[in-house]
Amino acid sequence: MSILVDNETRLLVQGITGSQGAFHAQQMIQYGTNVVAGAVPGRGGQWAVGNTPVFDTVHEAVATTDANASIIFVPAAFAVDALLEAADAGVALIVCITENIPALDMARARAFIDSTDSLLIGPNCPGLISPGSAKVGIMAGHIHTPGNVGIVSRSGTLTYEVIYALTERGIGQSTAVGIGGDPIKGLNFLDVLQMFERDAGTEQVVLIGEIGGADEQVAADFIRTEMSKPVTAFIAGQTAPPGKRMGHAGAIISGGEGTAAEKIEALQDVGVDIARHPEEIADLAAKNI
Amino acid sequence: MKLHEYQSKRVFAQYGVPIPNGEVATTPSQARAIADRIGKPVVIKSQVLVGGRGKAGGIKLARTPDEAEEVAGHILGMDIKGLTVKQVLVDEAADIRSEIYLGAVLDRSARKVAIMASSEGGVEIEEVAAQTPEKIVTVHAHPLLGMQGFQARQLAYGIGLPKEHIAAFTRIALSLYQAFVESDASLAEINPLVINGDNQLQAVDGKILLDDSALPRQEQLAALRDPDEDSPTETEARESGLSYIDLDGEIGCMVNGAGLAMATMDIIKLYGGNPANFLDIGGGAGADKVLAALRIILRDARVKAVLINIFGGITRCDEVANGIVEAINSLSVEVPIVVRMVGVNEDEGRQILAASNLPSANRLSEAVQMAVAAAKGEGA
Repeated sequence: MSILVDNETRLLVQGITGSQGAFHAQQMIQYGTNVVAGAVPGRGGQWAVGNTPVFDTVHEAVATTDANASIIFVPAAFAVDALLEAADAGVALIVCITENIPALDMARARAFIDSTDSLLIGPNCPGLISPGSAKVGIMAGHIHTPGNVGIVSRSGTLTYEVIYALTERGIGQSTAVGIGGDPIKGLNFLDVLQMFERDAGTEQVVLIGEIGGADEQVAADFIRTEMSKPVTAFIAGQTAPPGKRMGHAGAIISGGEGTAAEKIEALQDVGVDIARHPEEIADLAAKNI
Repeated sequence: MKLHEYQSKRVFAQYGVPIPNGEVATTPSQARAIADRIGKPVVIKSQVLVGGRGKAGGIKLARTPDEAEEVAGHILGMDIKGLTVKQVLVDEAADIRSEIYLGAVLDRSARKVAIMASSEGGVEIEEVAAQTPEKIVTVHAHPLLGMQGFQARQLAYGIGLPKEHIAAFTRIALSLYQAFVESDASLAEINPLVINGDNQLQAVDGKILLDDSALPRQEQLAALRDPDEDSPTETEARESGLSYIDLDGEIGCMVNGAGLAMATMDIIKLYGGNPANFLDIGGGAGADKVLAALRIILRDARVKAVLINIFGGITRCDEVANGIVEAINSLSVEVPIVVRMVGVNEDEGRQILAASNLPSANRLSEAVQMAVAAAKGEGA
């Protein structure tokens, strides 16, 4: 069991003819993901990696192939257009890998997406994987193993580190979701924790946070009031230099400076085990089995 | 990216926000000429990208052109928190009757722009938030509709502004929001917005932070960048597409991904070392970026060992390995390099490294301990 993606996922790749899009489409197909279509304006009628049909528009791709998820590999200047197109075409799950999308563009895009039934993951994220059934992202598939630990993370490569350590300990994962590090994004810790809490295939959750914002504190509130499954966490940036963050006015609104210490305290207060380094997550998770 | 006070105020002025009559000087005689032209008492304000300029003595009043020249001579060249003052803003001094705070910021949890006002202007807004949070009034603009007039009035009435200033304040608040959005700012502040001796509202100080992701489409604003905002190394790194921050330690780090880079720094500390830098080569970095990154790290004389931690995904290990080998062949490498490389194309990457006799570790904690030991001269 898993959340968000599984064997039923029919994936569309937006930007499948670009170098990143083509490479990772190939990797996803090799992992066993059901990649049903690509969408690239001007490339309709062609075939891309693994005999995948390419369409000019997302609407056409969805109408022809029943794609129910999309992953976006288009450059930052066109990425918002791409994700709005996917939402308008009714794609249920949209995963945006692209980084460096202006925050105000995301604020506007998110306002539109919230008026549709689509769910967005990212941008600036590694995507997600339900080991053994579907990989909708750029992570190395082979470091994962099926199991019942759910993972949600703001970081990309740091998540791989944790998963690598879990797999080495023989601890499998139900789904690993990289929600991305941008200030304005789609699904947040809270949304994913709710899904893991409901998922019968997930028995415990690992949360990987970092400095900035207050999403970890919001997650802590949910863990205290709603979460029955154990949660383990690692927060990156304990030694990060101050002053390289957002200005003070932002800190006021998020209710604090967004330091690692604040987040760790909030999570510890609600009974979350905190790892000192990513590999220690595996030791802590092992205790919950 | 940060804008200077004078740059921020000019942006606000373009949107109709009243600012004091003033100009920038880089020499005392220029300051004198500006003061002479203004013909009234002026305030000489150091233009450096740090807070606390006033407390450091970087903001001074001058009653005459003579005094302006003397004061500017004193402030220019002054060191404020490690930055040398290279230019001063010479502004007509305002006769301040009261001070207001007005700011716009991207509120990530609300996913909207928040516009805040307070009757307690002229002091740091976080001080107001800590001591008298009830004196801050906040509204959120709808991302698709933008800030509305009623919201600006909510701020004006909310801070108890006298009736005769409501209309002018409302215009200024809407202008600030417009400037924020059209500049792709993450923060835009007028502090203080004063009621002056002529009973007019005027933006006496201003601050803008820009969203770095939007700089490619904000060419005019991007061109205003002060190279002194970052160290020369940080600037070079940015131009190479790397995210780099100078630190004080002895272990040079090169990592892909900001979260993993921060975690790597945390682990170095945990095992008794100190990172010399934060360096994220970003996603999908090729050999050229890796070469640029190593050139920057190896130039730092404090670096006693280098730790390269790559977890391949969109970044491919073989590309990184090629960059490392290229760096070793073209740069003089006198410190031990510990490579830890896992993920997409890791086998190819390790083969490339092995062919150049570079050892690589599998586990992160192992690699960090090797680097810490190597930096202490205990052999890699």
